[in-house]
Amino acid sequence: MVIAFPPSIGRHRALRTEIHALIMAAQARPGETLQVTDARGPSSAALRSELRDLYDDYAACLDDGNLDAWPGFFTEDCVYAVTSHENFSEGLPLAAIYCRGLAMIRDRVAALRAATVYEPRVLRHMVSCVRVKSAEAGLVRSEANFAVFECLSDREPHVLMVGRYVDVVVRHGAALKFQERTCVYDNYRVRTSLVMPV
Amino acid sequence: MTAVAPAQTQERRWPEKAAVRIPAWIYTDPELFERELQTFHYGPAWSYVGLECEVPSSGSFKRSWVGRRSVIMVRDETGAIQVLENRCAHRGSMLCWKNKGKESSFTCPYHHWNYDLRGNLLGLPFLRGAMGKGGMPRDFDKQKHGLRRLRVETRNGVVWATYDEAAPTLETFLGPEIMKLVDRSFPGRQLRLLGYNRQLLPCNWKFYFENSRDPYHATLLHSFFTTFGLLRTDTPFKAVPTEGGRHGIMASTYSRDTASKQNEVTKQLASLKSDFRLNDMEVVTPVDEFGDSSMINLSVFPSVFFQQHGNSLAIRHIIPKDVSSTELSWTFFGYADDDDAMHRRRMKQANLLGPAGHVAVDDSEVLALMQPVAAGFPDSTQVIEMGGRDTAPQETMVTETLIRAFYQFYREKMGL
Repeated sequence: MVIAFPPSIGRHRALRTEIHALIMAAQARPGETLQVTDARGPSSAALRSELRDLYDDYAACLDDGNLDAWPGFFTEDCVYAVTSHENFSEGLPLAAIYCRGLAMIRDRVAALRAATVYEPRVLRHMVSCVRVKSAEAGLVRSEANFAVFECLSDREPHVLMVGRYVDVVVRHGAALKFQERTCVYDNYRVRTSLVMPV
Repeated sequence: MTAVAPAQTQERRWPEKAAVRIPAWIYTDPELFERELQTFHYGPAWSYVGLECEVPSSGSFKRSWVGRRSVIMVRDETGAIQVLENRCAHRGSMLCWKNKGKESSFTCPYHHWNYDLRGNLLGLPFLRGAMGKGGMPRDFDKQKHGLRRLRVETRNGVVWATYDEAAPTLETFLGPEIMKLVDRSFPGRQLRLLGYNRQLLPCNWKFYFENSRDPYHATLLHSFFTTFGLLRTDTPFKAVPTEGGRHGIMASTYSRDTASKQNEVTKQLASLKSDFRLNDMEVVTPVDEFGDSSMINLSVFPSVFFQQHGNSLAIRHIIPKDVSSTELSWTFFGYADDDDAMHRRRMKQANLLGPAGHVAVDDSEVLALMQPVAAGFPDSTQVIEMGGRDTAPQETMVTETLIRAFYQFYREKMGL
């Protein structure tokens, strides 16, 4: 089933509600794949929902300190970077964390486990505003906002950083994986250290 | 009847065995912090400001810091670099609000006073008043109300500034040994700016300077270094204080032969993980680009640490914010003629340093937790006797000679 949204849809609340009801009804029908096209872009509700799950699972993985599972979110040839808004907006390549390929992502985990000294901490990732920028030929460009709260061993939580994910997501079997994940933090400065991945 | 002692500033006295002890109050006393800024940053010393490649053409500017003072590094119409105080000469408001950009002149947002790229006051609104009323006095001299301009020297693309017109030249200030090694990284080759890392450390700025002169910790705390043979106690090393302890050189050699190999010395290192391997060894496999198999790091007081870790080249600008907070502003660079492989290596090896660096995280974490200890025990003392009690250059990593030399210099300048 294909539901095509007319370009004027955004301005007609009644029509939007009606179409939303139609989508809900369609989703309730098992066995049928739902495709939604939107004049504002090639996003689909199903894709967005799938992406939200991916982002939530990723955040939960890090918040649980499950570093062994973290590399599983990336493709073999991925690029993972954590960089400042300053570098990103100036087009400067440097990143605080720069992993080119899954091997370097695994090395990050190994180094954290075996060769890094840091104060114990608990992290909470809040991810919101998941948005699809483009989706074509099995390649999705998506973004989301993040806020990371950090609680050190004997203090209250503070905001470690706030920013956005700029991602390229591909389908890998049944799962979606990150082929590129650039975590662009808005902070001018990192507060003390950035120990865990974002 | 209890006598009330008159309010007075407690006199600070350096503890006994002065050459090998450091009192904790030097990290927590706000008055001392202000005096340090006056003595060093605003005194007869040259501070690192930035790189010429950051301001490529006339009007390009970048904000930086000398001590706690915001300054604007700008290229003027003649192509020369100016360093101007980021403070309007009128009412002291912040003149430039952008970190980087390009302007033909600077206009203060508050009352629109306008300055040229050399800091001269070009004009101000209502100089002669409005409707015949108000205006500046007739004898107001615009030439006397420009932005404060610092004395500037550039050398091979690195920009330095000082407040002191009477300060010795940059060359004299750096001294021949540091000069030669700064020239090693900045031989006049065109630089390629890779980007910035910035972090705010909740500790006194001197902790960071000591850290940059402490080879002893590097072999113990930084297991990433030792494990991959980038820095070990069993390879040739030089710890050289220069210019009376003002600056410090740490020069090590690396060898792929000793990487991850155990011997009598390294057996003592609990942090050496001989079974730890990386999937991507390029992160810890430098190419000998300077032809001396060396990693050389320079601590140039009071503003900067030039670092070379493998092929990761960076400048750590150390910016004191207050007595218990310090900004580390890292500028990573390569050379304009780097090939793709070298660029890739620099990007990968940048993972060692910065706020998330495999090595540097150890430092920021340890130093952040030194400050609350100093605050809690201001009268306690630290011991710096590793490698003896003097300040001579040494050929070992197991020494604190650079820290001793630094405090000899510091105490002399501060009168402590």
